[in-house]
Amino acid sequence: MLLIKFWRRSLSAAFALVLSMNAHGVTVGQPAPDFTLKNMQGQNINLTEQRGNIILINFWASWCGPCRKEMPVLQALEDKYKDLGVQVWGINVEQENQAGRDFLANLELSFSIFFDETNKLSATYQVEAMPTTVIVDRDGIVRYVYRGFKDGYGKKYAKAIKKLIRE
Amino acid sequence: MIKYIVKGVLLLALISLTGCASLSIEPWVKPYERQNLADPIMSASRHPIANMHVAHVLDGREAARGAESTEGGGCGCN
Amino acid sequence: MVLKVQKVVAVVVTKFNNIQRVRTRFLSVLKLVVTFSLVINLGLTANLSQAAVLGAERLDVLYHSYEGGGMKIDGPAILLRKKATESVVVTAYYYLDSISSASVDVLSTASAYTEERNEGQLGIEYLHDKTIMSFNLRQSDEDDYFAQSLSVNVSQDMFGDLTNLSMGLSYGDNEIRRNGDESFEEESEQYRIRAGINQILTRNLTASLSIEAVADNGYLNNPYRTVRYIDNSIPSGVGYQSEIYPETRNSFATKLSASYYLPYRAALFFHYRYFSDSWEIKSNDVELGYRHPIGESFELELKLRYYQQSEAKFYSDLFPYKNAQNYLARDKELSDFDNMTIGIGITYSLPSSLSYGSSRSEASLQWDYIDFNYDNFRDPMAEGGVGNESLYGFSANVIRAFYSVYF
Repeated sequence: MLLIKFWRRSLSAAFALVLSMNAHGVTVGQPAPDFTLKNMQGQNINLTEQRGNIILINFWASWCGPCRKEMPVLQALEDKYKDLGVQVWGINVEQENQAGRDFLANLELSFSIFFDETNKLSATYQVEAMPTTVIVDRDGIVRYVYRGFKDGYGKKYAKAIKKLIRE
Repeated sequence: MIKYIVKGVLLLALISLTGCASLSIEPWVKPYERQNLADPIMSASRHPIANMHVAHVLDGREAARGAESTEGGGCGCN
Repeated sequence: MVLKVQKVVAVVVTKFNNIQRVRTRFLSVLKLVVTFSLVINLGLTANLSQAAVLGAERLDVLYHSYEGGGMKIDGPAILLRKKATESVVVTAYYYLDSISSASVDVLSTASAYTEERNEGQLGIEYLHDKTIMSFNLRQSDEDDYFAQSLSVNVSQDMFGDLTNLSMGLSYGDNEIRRNGDESFEEESEQYRIRAGINQILTRNLTASLSIEAVADNGYLNNPYRTVRYIDNSIPSGVGYQSEIYPETRNSFATKLSASYYLPYRAALFFHYRYFSDSWEIKSNDVELGYRHPIGESFELELKLRYYQQSEAKFYSDLFPYKNAQNYLARDKELSDFDNMTIGIGITYSLPSSLSYGSSRSEASLQWDYIDFNYDNFRDPMAEGGVGNESLYGFSANVIRAFYSVYF
């Protein structure tokens, strides 16, 4: 009741609190959690073995509209930067992934696709939005985290990758 | 009366935001577990033009009005 | 004479004050809603970049038909949803009712008529992070009723997108005329405020609670409808006079809904709504819906709905004498009745070979059968003598056939 009386004051207080909130999730500046997954070709790939390369990890699902729109953007990044030591990894998070596989069959994607059916990796990487993109530098440190996908994010990814390449 | 409802809703919204700040409530359905809820068959507005007609037919023949659809659930993407 | 003028002035001033009061309240609530949406917007921009999505772009073209109770209404409708920019969607809607009526009310006091009603709506939705703000304008036009309304809605995702909070306001203005009476012109206004919360409970279950308060004031009855009373001075035994309604009506509705995903891929919907208003009408309705995909291209929908209401306090099928009450109504919509709807629908997804470019399209057909049973509205044309005619009831067939394109 008192809160309702002083609602204007509580509003501004909460407003200040909200502004001070930090994003949760995999922390920029910390090493990216290690993992090993089998890719579509059947090979076991491990993250820390890729030290020396820049890895763009993208968590996606076929039921997610923005994820589907992001696919050509990721393919363009793979085409442009793969010879500069950049790898694009797509991690499908569907628990039953037939729809995901059907979606892939209609596309011509050349970057590595992994299936995280148990969602263990998604939990480790604290995936809090669909899609989520994590860019890991040559030393295995998380440098950029993007939650969601909007038009114009492709340019952001390219900018981030170019910066890491120059390091 | 209505003003109290509005203020109540506003406060509920604020409390939920501050709740997030203290990390006390973790979403128990993760974004990557929203597959079933994002399925188009689960959408209440699967056929919005049909829903509008249904509401129009009933509106003219029943005294009750109000509290029609609320959106929500679904993809939770982006 | 002076006293009479004073009385009239007092009444007009009170009415004006009432309307002013509702208007002031409405404006202060509008201020709250705007502040709420601004705070949420600015507050959340600072950190989380997660957001909601605007609904898909689509075009729907529909043919609707209602037949029952001596009324036949049909016509087209069209709905377009188009993205203007990445965060803005515009919607446009057109609807036409072609009415030919020989209903029980019409036949007992007048003759069959035909009429047309046009409706148009324009809307805009704006997405910013987790907030969707929408604005909608509506206009409905028939030769004796002109209605305009606007509504504002704010929808907010929170709690890791598991909770969606929404609030909305509407204002409507109506002009009522009477065919054959050029001098007749009345007005009414409607204010609405609604709030809702939608919560994801499990991976397969969502539930929501919504409430809406509606306030009407002005000329709320129908200029053609009459009530009947016992009049032994005339051969038929029954006299008619115009209905008289209160000038205000306040109502409150609460609805609880749930959606459940069945493991073999089907959806179950449930809703229950309770309604009550200042005319002492109380109603309950409950609905169950089921959506079941068949194969790759078909979707089957089944619906069952039961609605029940109790009468308005000034309603009676037959009054004991003329001017029996201050307020008089014999509108069956305000009587004690119930109805049951059974609906079935099928949607067919057209194969991509028949679709243009990257769009996909669907064709749907829906049929609702609604059965109305009135507990205290009698059919004046039926046998039984004044006041003892059989209770009225009718059933209606409602058909919708539509084509949807997603692009």
